[in-house]
Amino acid sequence: MESENPQFEKDQLRDERGAMDPVAPVFSTGVGIDAETIKQISQAKNEPAWMLEIRLAAYQTYLDLPMPKFGPDLNGIDLDQIKYFQRATDHIARDWEDVPNDIKATFERIGVPEAERKYLAGSAAQYESEAIYSNLKKDLESQGIIFMDTDSALQKHPDLVRQYFGTLVPADDNKFAALNTAVWSGGTFLYVPKNVHADIPIQSYFRINAGRTGQFERTLIIVEKGGSVNYVEGCTAPNYSEDSLHAAVVEVFVKKDGYCRYTTIQNWSTNVYSLETKRAQAGTNATMEWIDGNLGSKVTMKYPSIYLVGQGATGSMLSIAAAGANMHQDTGAKMIHMAPHTHSTIVSKAICHNGGRADYRGLIKYTKAATKAKSHVECDTILMDPDSASDTFPVNDIETSDGTIEHEAHVSKIAEDQLYYMQSRGLDEATASQLIVMGFLEPFTKQLPMEYAVELDRLIKFQMEDSIG
Amino acid sequence: MSTLLIKDLKVVAGEEPILNGVNLEIKAGEVHALMGPNGTGKSTLSETIMGNPLYQIVEGQIFLDGQDITTMSVDERARAGMFLAMQYPTEVVGISNADFIHAALNARNGNQPVAILPFLNELKQQMDFLEIDEDYADRGLNADFSGGEKKRNEILQMMMLKPSFAILDEIDSGLDIDALQIVAKGINAMRSDEFSCLMVTHYQRLLNYVVPDVVHIMMGGKIVKTGGPELAQELEKTGYADLSGAVEGSDND
Repeated sequence: MESENPQFEKDQLRDERGAMDPVAPVFSTGVGIDAETIKQISQAKNEPAWMLEIRLAAYQTYLDLPMPKFGPDLNGIDLDQIKYFQRATDHIARDWEDVPNDIKATFERIGVPEAERKYLAGSAAQYESEAIYSNLKKDLESQGIIFMDTDSALQKHPDLVRQYFGTLVPADDNKFAALNTAVWSGGTFLYVPKNVHADIPIQSYFRINAGRTGQFERTLIIVEKGGSVNYVEGCTAPNYSEDSLHAAVVEVFVKKDGYCRYTTIQNWSTNVYSLETKRAQAGTNATMEWIDGNLGSKVTMKYPSIYLVGQGATGSMLSIAAAGANMHQDTGAKMIHMAPHTHSTIVSKAICHNGGRADYRGLIKYTKAATKAKSHVECDTILMDPDSASDTFPVNDIETSDGTIEHEAHVSKIAEDQLYYMQSRGLDEATASQLIVMGFLEPFTKQLPMEYAVELDRLIKFQMEDSIG
Repeated sequence: MSTLLIKDLKVVAGEEPILNGVNLEIKAGEVHALMGPNGTGKSTLSETIMGNPLYQIVEGQIFLDGQDITTMSVDERARAGMFLAMQYPTEVVGISNADFIHAALNARNGNQPVAILPFLNELKQQMDFLEIDEDYADRGLNADFSGGEKKRNEILQMMMLKPSFAILDEIDSGLDIDALQIVAKGINAMRSDEFSCLMVTHYQRLLNYVVPDVVHIMMGGKIVKTGGPELAQELEKTGYADLSGAVEGSDND
């Protein structure tokens, strides 16, 4: 969509995720990036000097590193035209009443307040580049759980942030991790103390609004020994005309006997490049689970990894990708087994329609220390039409001789006999196809909190309507 | 008025002719049995009436309640009141049985949602009647059901969707005697002036429990003999061999 002033033509800017709201940033560094921009960002946030040093060093790394040499075409990103930092409100709102009305209206449209009432233990929602709303229920607080945006954590718990920040995903991991480290803003900080269980899913909502806004949130989750947490986030963005970049970094530390489930649903509008680096580390007998849904964006490159560093650690990845017209989902997972008796599972499901492309790219690595390791990989794809495409690029790097790996991959069309059966009960072809796709995704949706499952069903139906209507 | 009327139906699968001029009339409220040796076109007839795209009609017409449905799509026929209990019901994982039946009811209700609570109550009632364990409502559609469970589930769907005309394609195959009696109980519960039915079967056994009004014998892609329930009993004694002479030149009337 071409528009001079996209924020204010609300009626033209509706998509299934609702309209964009006319929110003017209070503070912005304008387009482009240089060392001066980074100093401004750090100064505006009143950061400790060591963080500015990390940022400046990462900026140099970013300049030195090449663009990724594999996967989707990234030539459409103009890094000089991105706004690297802007603030939608000038303070963190503690209570819902304090959240500005425009922003509140956007969240209400996508169901955040209701979700909070029913299911949330705490809520932090990122708007523009910084969290504007952060609320933590008293029962979590009293257990010593820290849940806030990462900027606030840097002010309030600088030692914790410093201890973990960038230790799993160093700036030189890849060009976009370096960029994130240089200009990061917002993101979630979650600390679960020893033997504490955060049973209720903790959720936050991300949303890009103004055009050309880069989102570089930085998320840090630490689960101490024997602790457990179930963290859920959903992302959705309204349509606008200019390409936008989302390059998040997520680091998750799960200590001995700990458990973490990290659920994400992303539904970026189809001009967004989503290039994320997500990595977790699981200690002795710890469990890490990624649940990852990618429904939108122009290009997604995301391969959440788990370093199984402790004996008996378990890692799992359950993902879905839906790729429609002009979309390329290049996603997968990496399981790095570095200790004996470690187990991993990857289940990747993709639907391609209207000429969309979804590829699986994965790595299973057993280091010499990973004796008796086990891994199971399953990739299932449905191609809705002959213009859509899918490939799998699995890599196994095995240095042991007593491990096992199972790999299954299936690419199919919607089965004719299933369609016929369902049509013989009165369902038209489009409705029958939708139901079959829902059924295909059910192993994923059943792992989601109910409101997310309902929303996901709605979004998939919406996406399917064009391709089979 | 007849519920189902088939006129001189000729059908091919690919290049191969399978039905060679079938004539059949089923009046409202009647239950007909269709018998015959393997490979004579009974299932092809069932599938063609339902509109399975694997079979092409080269000649003839099919009417449902007076309406020519020969060129209608499968789902249009279903919404017009037709139902086919399939010989090998398809499995669809990830969609619960209850959700599927509800979706089918919505589709037959002009895409207006059918109220969920009365639906669930009726579903439970019919499942009790057919002695289907209640957790089958939430299991995937036919997924990991045994052969007998699938057949019972077909009858459940028929009872929930209330078609005016149903084809039951070997609904008795693979059923033990208890399951057969339950399936028969379901079919008999449907019998009324507003329901008619074509039962394809190899065995007299089913017809002991669901007594048909009319029995047809099919051979070589045609209906070669039509009679009352006693025809099936005769057949049980004599087999099809005695009828083989009837294939040539015989017509259904």
